[in-house]
Amino acid sequence: MMALRTLQKRFSMALLDRTREVPSGIRTAGLDRIDRRFDVYRNNVFVGLTEALVTRFPVCHALVGDEFFRAMARVFIELSPPRSPVLMTYGDDFANFVDTFPPAHPVPYLGDVARLESALTRAYHAADAAPLTVDELASLAPCRWEQIHVELHPSVQVATSVYPIVSIWEAHVRTDDHPVIDSSRAEDALVVRPDLEVEVHRLPPGAATFLTALLKGASLRTAADVAMTDPRFDLITTLSGVLAVRIIVGIRSSRE
Amino acid sequence: MTSSASVAAFGLGVLPARSGLGLKPRHYRDILETSPPVGFFEVHAENYMGDGGPPHRYLERIRAHYPLSVHGVGLSIGGDQPLDKTHLARLRRLIERYEPESFSEHLAWSTHDNLYLNDLLPVPYDGPTLRRVCEHIDEVQETLGQRLLLENPSTYIAFEQSDMAEVDFLSEVAGRTGCGLLLDVNNVFVSATNHAYDAGAYLDAFPVEHVGEIHLAGFAEDQDDAGGRLLIDAHGTPVADIVWTLFEQALKRTGPVPTLIEWDNDVPAFPVLMKEARKADRALSNERCRRQAMFATA
Repeated sequence: MMALRTLQKRFSMALLDRTREVPSGIRTAGLDRIDRRFDVYRNNVFVGLTEALVTRFPVCHALVGDEFFRAMARVFIELSPPRSPVLMTYGDDFANFVDTFPPAHPVPYLGDVARLESALTRAYHAADAAPLTVDELASLAPCRWEQIHVELHPSVQVATSVYPIVSIWEAHVRTDDHPVIDSSRAEDALVVRPDLEVEVHRLPPGAATFLTALLKGASLRTAADVAMTDPRFDLITTLSGVLAVRIIVGIRSSRE
Repeated sequence: MTSSASVAAFGLGVLPARSGLGLKPRHYRDILETSPPVGFFEVHAENYMGDGGPPHRYLERIRAHYPLSVHGVGLSIGGDQPLDKTHLARLRRLIERYEPESFSEHLAWSTHDNLYLNDLLPVPYDGPTLRRVCEHIDEVQETLGQRLLLENPSTYIAFEQSDMAEVDFLSEVAGRTGCGLLLDVNNVFVSATNHAYDAGAYLDAFPVEHVGEIHLAGFAEDQDDAGGRLLIDAHGTPVADIVWTLFEQALKRTGPVPTLIEWDNDVPAFPVLMKEARKADRALSNERCRRQAMFATA
């Protein structure tokens, strides 16, 4: 009798690697071939995980087509099977894989679009928090703004790219209009879910650097200083944009 | 725990012996707007393990109006290795938050080392596996402070080392751990067809005294190399006629029990699910009438 641990080790290795033989000790009724039956489990594993990726990355799926996406997903699943039964996190590293997957290189923005799409799922499942109202934000005024630390909504994420990822994403999710996209334009995205709907916003130049610094806990002043290294960064435009999209859930002064 | 008082309007009870439906995100709004007459809703535990967002927001609101069953798919109770403590802790938080009337899991394994294989994989039915499964169920029930219902699997292969029938294995597990059983009638038919045994005889031998819930679902059909039927537990179609017949047969032994319609893939519009639920409710009420008639004539 095979120990349960050994049996499950062989079973799991043969599931993920089709070049391995079906483990011994398996039987089927009647005349049916054991490998045909074992393939049901192999299919379940790959089809289920592929569907999870198709669901999480619909724009990438549309960009490269079903056949290509499924073939790419298969390679990813073999290299990076899930490490957790909580599948909402599966594919967090899919964008990095896409970057290094040579057949995808003819679509150079694919990895960045995947990064944007994986941010959407994280935002969807992120913790809830109430964005500050305009009145609450107005209490900023008497303080010296450079000492202010803002707490961003737990769903906030920034995706940067040298490609127009927001325009590409919008063109696929908004089926009513098909704009001509200038593929040479770089776009950074802000992803946030202030309440129930996940939003994607196009960021002005340098704003991604500014927000990334805030996410790491920098004061407004420090974040602005870092962002100013990009001469196109405009603090007023960025700040008014940030206030408008309700991503701030807390404010504190570093002197407190 | 702090939010549980407001959430769990139905806490500490049992599921009603009516039909229930799997809760799907595309139906959240339909359900809140129309308050359909559904006996209970069932959710996959792992889909509600995020920190926040729409899943929790809607589940809280729906749970406030309906009894709830939490159905886990990722504990890997049939795995030889120790249970994933992190996952068990997540499950405990979920149970504490929503106080479901029922928690169920599968007689299967899905994790090996740190790989999650995303399928309910079969176990051999032998003494060592029985002991391991019982240890895991003891641990789960202790950690959650709640009785678990263990579901019979649909399987495509068997193991040479198995020396017990599946029903005897389940009966032993229930007897040793005090857990209940979730009788999945579709799984019975799928496994019986795939392993060429009689589904009716399986139901006749099932330890019905432990059954706390029934599952019904649709299967997909394939052909094996010998030209025989190979059924796949696919949850993407209506319940098959033969499964309705087996359900009625099972009810004669179990009596009316909470019965879930599972439809997880190609999820249809809500009215399609309601139609299936009403069908289950008719069978449950027929069984009630049959029993009353029996007592009346006795």
